[in-house]
Amino acid sequence: MSEMEPDVRAVQAAEGLPAQAGPPERRLGESLHFALRNPKLLIGGGVVGALLLTGLVAPLFVQEGPNVYVGPQAQAPSAQYWLGTTNFGQDVFAQFVFGLRSTFLVGLVGGGIAAVVGMVVGFTAGYRGGLVDEVLNMITNVVLVLPALVVLIIAAAYLQARGIALQGLFIGLTSWPWVARAVRAQTLSLATRDFVDLARLSGRRAHSIVFREIAPNMSSYLFMTFILLFGGAILIAAGLDFIGLGPTEGVSLGLMMHNAVTWGALQLGMWWWFVPPGLGITAIVGSLYIMNVGLDEVFNPKLREL
Amino acid sequence: MRRYLARKILIYALTFFVAVSINWLIPRLMPGDPIRTMLSRGASGDEASMERMRAYYEQTFGLDEPAWQQYLNFWTSLARGDLGISVWLFPQPVTEILLSAVPYTLALLLPATLLSWVAGNRFGAFAARSKWLDNTLLPLGYVLTATPYMWLGILLAWGLGIVAGWFPTAGPYGFGSIPGWNWPFISDLVSHWFLPFASLFLVAFGGWAIGMRNMIIYELEAEYSTYLEALGAPRRLVRRYAFRNAVLPQLTGLAVQLGTIVAGALLTEIVFAYPGLGNLILEALNNRDFFLLQGAFLFIVVGVLIANFIVDVIYVVVDPRTRTQMQGSAA
Amino acid sequence: MSLDVNDLAVYYRTLRGDVRALDGVSFSLADGEIMGLAGESGSGKSTLGKSLIRMDARMRHVAGTVRLDGAELPVADDARMVPFRFHQVSLVPQYAMSALNPTRRIGRMVRELVRSRGVDYAGVHPELLRRLELVGLDEQVLRRYPIELSGGMKQRVVMVVSTLLNPSLLIADEVTSALDVSTQRAVAEALAGFRDRGFVKSMVFVTHDLALVHQIADTIMVMYAGRPAEKASSRTIIEAPRHPYTRMLISSLPEVGVTFAGKRLQGIPGRPPGLLDPPPGCRFRDRCPLAFDKCAEQPPFAEVAPGHWAACWKAE
Repeated sequence: MSEMEPDVRAVQAAEGLPAQAGPPERRLGESLHFALRNPKLLIGGGVVGALLLTGLVAPLFVQEGPNVYVGPQAQAPSAQYWLGTTNFGQDVFAQFVFGLRSTFLVGLVGGGIAAVVGMVVGFTAGYRGGLVDEVLNMITNVVLVLPALVVLIIAAAYLQARGIALQGLFIGLTSWPWVARAVRAQTLSLATRDFVDLARLSGRRAHSIVFREIAPNMSSYLFMTFILLFGGAILIAAGLDFIGLGPTEGVSLGLMMHNAVTWGALQLGMWWWFVPPGLGITAIVGSLYIMNVGLDEVFNPKLREL
Repeated sequence: MRRYLARKILIYALTFFVAVSINWLIPRLMPGDPIRTMLSRGASGDEASMERMRAYYEQTFGLDEPAWQQYLNFWTSLARGDLGISVWLFPQPVTEILLSAVPYTLALLLPATLLSWVAGNRFGAFAARSKWLDNTLLPLGYVLTATPYMWLGILLAWGLGIVAGWFPTAGPYGFGSIPGWNWPFISDLVSHWFLPFASLFLVAFGGWAIGMRNMIIYELEAEYSTYLEALGAPRRLVRRYAFRNAVLPQLTGLAVQLGTIVAGALLTEIVFAYPGLGNLILEALNNRDFFLLQGAFLFIVVGVLIANFIVDVIYVVVDPRTRTQMQGSAA
Repeated sequence: MSLDVNDLAVYYRTLRGDVRALDGVSFSLADGEIMGLAGESGSGKSTLGKSLIRMDARMRHVAGTVRLDGAELPVADDARMVPFRFHQVSLVPQYAMSALNPTRRIGRMVRELVRSRGVDYAGVHPELLRRLELVGLDEQVLRRYPIELSGGMKQRVVMVVSTLLNPSLLIADEVTSALDVSTQRAVAEALAGFRDRGFVKSMVFVTHDLALVHQIADTIMVMYAGRPAEKASSRTIIEAPRHPYTRMLISSLPEVGVTFAGKRLQGIPGRPPGLLDPPPGCRFRDRCPLAFDKCAEQPPFAEVAPGHWAACWKAE
């Protein structure tokens, strides 16, 4: 591809790499080299991967649905029910693995939508500038100050039936503003670079410049942003579920906590009911965050420890 | 400076306008008859009071009027401080119910936010660039900030409250206590307050510590730091300058994170049955009390806006750049 | 001799091995000498400047010694260098525009910095004011934040601050590259004035702008691929260079007075060798029109005439 070359140079300039950084394949190799030796990235990625796999595979081995009353009531963990049962005799392990699934789904949908909206708004505002920028900036700031969870509570309260995907959509639509701001700032700084000027002078269209010249230069940044949004969406969803605005069908980790608290698991000492779901969420989101620090160190040479 | 604040105020005014409009719009946008939805799971089955409620709602919503008239009415009653009548505690006005809950929410939110911000910043700056702390305690910070607020609350309530028996786990004060300015009551109040405060504090603390750690690493790499080091300035001075500069984005972060922390406070209140706005929201949802729910929403939005404005003012005071930019450059 | 650098080698650690940014650099600086240090980017001139005051984390001292006013300068030991910094060796950095803490008033920053180095501020305050006035700034600037100053003002403040304790050696690292042409010369001349007034004893003026530096520097050292190629009086370098690289450098300038902009020279075919694993022998060999068999052997940086050193077998 003929456009490859300016991109590579811009990456080096943008990331403050020393002049000796070398050709692109070397650079990619270098990132990979650091990635494979970065404990934060490896541990974080490992935990997320393991939980994702559990959420994908384990439900296939659950005979009945997660909400079916299968066993004795309020039983502590045992060989048969690994994580015990609820007050109603539901298998906590079955709920947990299905809940993992929902959690990843809501993170993916919510984080994905927020990332897309944030990027579109940020790129447009940053690249177009002028009045468009003013208006988008204003909208961004307004959505930014509105407390997302509370807006979501209001919206969800009026819905008769709530699904996980819909929840993800709503979360996505309220949590994009900081992405838009960050992307806008980066676009502004990239848009004045030589290679973008060149592209503009050669008569390329705006969206083509944004997607072929600007976005690739921010790709590592955008990826890390998505990870943060993913984790954030999971936490917001858990909060909604806990208030009782979770999915009306099915199960989620937040809903498990809601039920545990509602039906007195604390007073009854049924720790197996409320510890796993919270631990699952904390493990996923915490690992995502730690992974993100690892990625930052891989992409940003200044942060690497020698 | 004046332009900076004026712009912020414009944004906040706009946000308030949007929030009120959302409040007005959502019940009307959702499928079905809002009044029926509201009353479907309304309070007790007392026919007479149900009838009164229905009459009240129909009059308040005024669905037979044109939309713009309804919208205007909505603003007029808002201007009078009228947020409607609660269904759950019929016929108490929503404003009254909310005002009695606000002190509890603030009692949790203000100390937890401020203390966690100060302590988190100190700690994050301290841990940065110390390999040992960076590798041991900061992962803990990440785990804390990834913890759902309510889950940490549940764990504390269970561990320190129910199992260890050190703290009460529900309500603002014991059933037997009689409110008053006496020592037994105050200590009862504090012991009920402590766990929800602690869980809110801890989660927020993790976030601030990490934020500061990441900020200060960039500041220590900044050129003014390099210059000081080239001139042999001691590490203490370089760090002090870096800290001061890293605190500014953390202050912006305070404004950005406010919504999340408020949400955390609401969730924590629910765990501990602490009678603040969060608990009211839960009751409102359980009783399908939409006036109360929307009132709580408005209260929270206004609170967040006020807090944001305070942060803006502080920012102007501490960052010389916001003050001087407006005077026109000196040369 | 004010400064004596002997066989200095500094490498950058990278994943693929050591980049030999400085490889056997020897030269000396007389009292009161201003030496222009010129070369393409990647020639090692900035690395040399940094090595004399503070190496960054990726740099590693491999060999060689530096003596300043007869005492050894422990360039390899960051902690032991501290007492020398500011007092003996000082720096006007390339990034003078952003070298001042944005959230401190300048006066307070200077006060805190000076005190942190164990110097009584009250004692230097009158001198600070005098020197600020000398570069055309009134004492008002001490009450300002950096953002309130123009780029040129910040540059002058940094120059005054860096030299406040009368260091023996000042390293001026590409100080003019961020300035517009009209101020470049003023800044360079101000620095020369600092030497004349005895604020600094000697100076290394790192630049890629030969045309500018030859106006204020007593001598010029040209570097190529991590080694000094030639050092002589400014006049000799411009008018009678002996190293083929210097000759091509000078002749590739349309006339003296035009910069060669840091990038690869258009006039000289080929490019410098990679410093990761440089070939043995003279590093300019591949581009040199005069290269012959003996160039497979590294030529010494020898004094070919009084005060004129060159690293070339044909420079005799």
